[in-house]
Amino acid sequence: MTTPLLEVTEVGKTYGSVIALREVSTVVNAGEVTCVLGDNGAGKSTLIKILAGLHQHDEGEFRIEGEPVRLGSPREALDRGIATVYQDLAVVPLMSVWRNFFLGSEPTKGFGPLRMLDRKQGREVTRKALAEMGIDLRDVEQPVGTLSGGERQCVAIARAVHFGAKVLILDEPTAALGVKQAGVVLKYVAQARDRGLGVVLITHNPHHAYPVGNRFLLLKRGRSLGCFEKADISLAELTRQMAGGAELEALEHELRGAVS
Amino acid sequence: MSEVATVSVDERIARPGLFGRLAVRPEIGALLGAVAVFVFFSLVARQFVSPAGIATWLDDAATLGIVAVAVALLMIGGEFDLSAGVMTASSSLVTAILATQLGLNVWLAVLCSLVFALAVGAFNGWLVMRTRLPSFIVTLGTFFALQGLNLGITRLVTGTVQVSGIRSVPGYAEVGYFFASTFSLGGTTFQVSVLWWIGVAAVASWLLVRTRFGNWIFAVGGSAPSSLAVGVPVVRTKIALFMTTAGAAWLVGTINILRFTTVQANQGIGLEFQYIIAAVIGGCLLTGGFGSAVGAAIGALIFGMARQGIVYANWNSDWFQLFLGIMLLAAVLVNNSFRRRAERVRR
Repeated sequence: MTTPLLEVTEVGKTYGSVIALREVSTVVNAGEVTCVLGDNGAGKSTLIKILAGLHQHDEGEFRIEGEPVRLGSPREALDRGIATVYQDLAVVPLMSVWRNFFLGSEPTKGFGPLRMLDRKQGREVTRKALAEMGIDLRDVEQPVGTLSGGERQCVAIARAVHFGAKVLILDEPTAALGVKQAGVVLKYVAQARDRGLGVVLITHNPHHAYPVGNRFLLLKRGRSLGCFEKADISLAELTRQMAGGAELEALEHELRGAVS
Repeated sequence: MSEVATVSVDERIARPGLFGRLAVRPEIGALLGAVAVFVFFSLVARQFVSPAGIATWLDDAATLGIVAVAVALLMIGGEFDLSAGVMTASSSLVTAILATQLGLNVWLAVLCSLVFALAVGAFNGWLVMRTRLPSFIVTLGTFFALQGLNLGITRLVTGTVQVSGIRSVPGYAEVGYFFASTFSLGGTTFQVSVLWWIGVAAVASWLLVRTRFGNWIFAVGGSAPSSLAVGVPVVRTKIALFMTTAGAAWLVGTINILRFTTVQANQGIGLEFQYIIAAVIGGCLLTGGFGSAVGAAIGALIFGMARQGIVYANWNSDWFQLFLGIMLLAAVLVNNSFRRRAERVRR
């Protein structure tokens, strides 16, 4: 077994007296998808903020390729190959697709004060990178604002893949999307996985997580309900666990009583 | 943004005709407006199209356009600068006072006032970024502060509210050659400010669409948090834009003091809105992230043509204000509909 790309063991995080996360462990391997599931307030955001370098963990251990780390900033995480695609922080809507794709890492040509954007290369590389991810855009000159929510996520994912990310963290990529669009985004998540990236997929929808996931970390009220391999858990069980298991059954019973 | 994709054109996009390609450009509205204004005044007043007439409205457009282009960049970057108008007078005053009262060589005086202008620009930018307050309110503060300084210091130093006499200071002729001379083209005399205007517009356009910095200007205006997340130096970009605007105001201030050799301490007030209007007519969105430098230059051209055209037509200049208001409203409506089209989410 090779060393996992990311590994957290018993990590915990407290904000003042609030325990946001406690004793959570999981691994992210190359070419696999680790899904983090939980309801609102379960600690999903805290966990990804630790992984993305926005916050530091207080307890436990966080290893990148076997090396224990504490990430100081998002930039440091990026430099170590961890790219995070946030739900709405991905793109500038009024700018064209290729300008968005290269934003912050623009290709240039020429020297000194005459150094300018290599627009031809920018367009071609963008088109190619998107095509390799199976994203077929009509025109890379169109503003990103004209793309659908799912397509925007895809551009952000393709950008992370192109700029050499080893680990891709996706924060609720399907939350605001319709059924069909969500399916498209999940297809690209699978693409990224097949290209050898380790993917961390945060979601509260087990139906989105189950088809692409290899491993499911269930969080509830800052604690881990367990980290399951796909072979060890069924979709029905995952849904039941997510929804609170026994509590849901009680609720269902109650509702049935109320209706009849 | 201008060229249509050259490589492997997708069969799903019909190659847009010339009209289709032009219609998405931010400056197209301004260009059509300029043509309309030109044709209108050509028919109304013969003098308007005479070489001397053209030279007059070109000069008017030039001194407005130099700052309007810089203001356009700033607006694309998502900020306003209300102090730009008064800044032109401040620059003139600094140059004039240093040269006439302290006897500094005009070269040195002009250089000092450039440093002063850039410092004010940097202060504007720093304060906006530091406080996260709207630049509208921050630069409104700078606007009043500069206005007070202009009058207060001028009165303190000269006892009046104007500074004159720069003509006799060493270096005047040489500096004047660059900023306030004239050149002849086909027997007609043009002000050198026209060349500065064209130069500034060309450099700004190139910067905006062809360089990394230009890409960052669009990005910080379009969505500052997204830009920050992908590593664009947002604070540095915006401060540079405020400094560019102050620098352009300095250029116009320098042109003015060297040409007229006298400066009133209360000059420049109200110009800031004209710059913003020219930029908006040129296709800049008030919300940032979209616009054009050439558009702002054309916006200034419309200004110049209308202002001088009304004079040539022997109308009362009151009508100019009405014209301005209508132009501004029309431009904002056009720009708004464009933004809705560009930002519309297709699901």
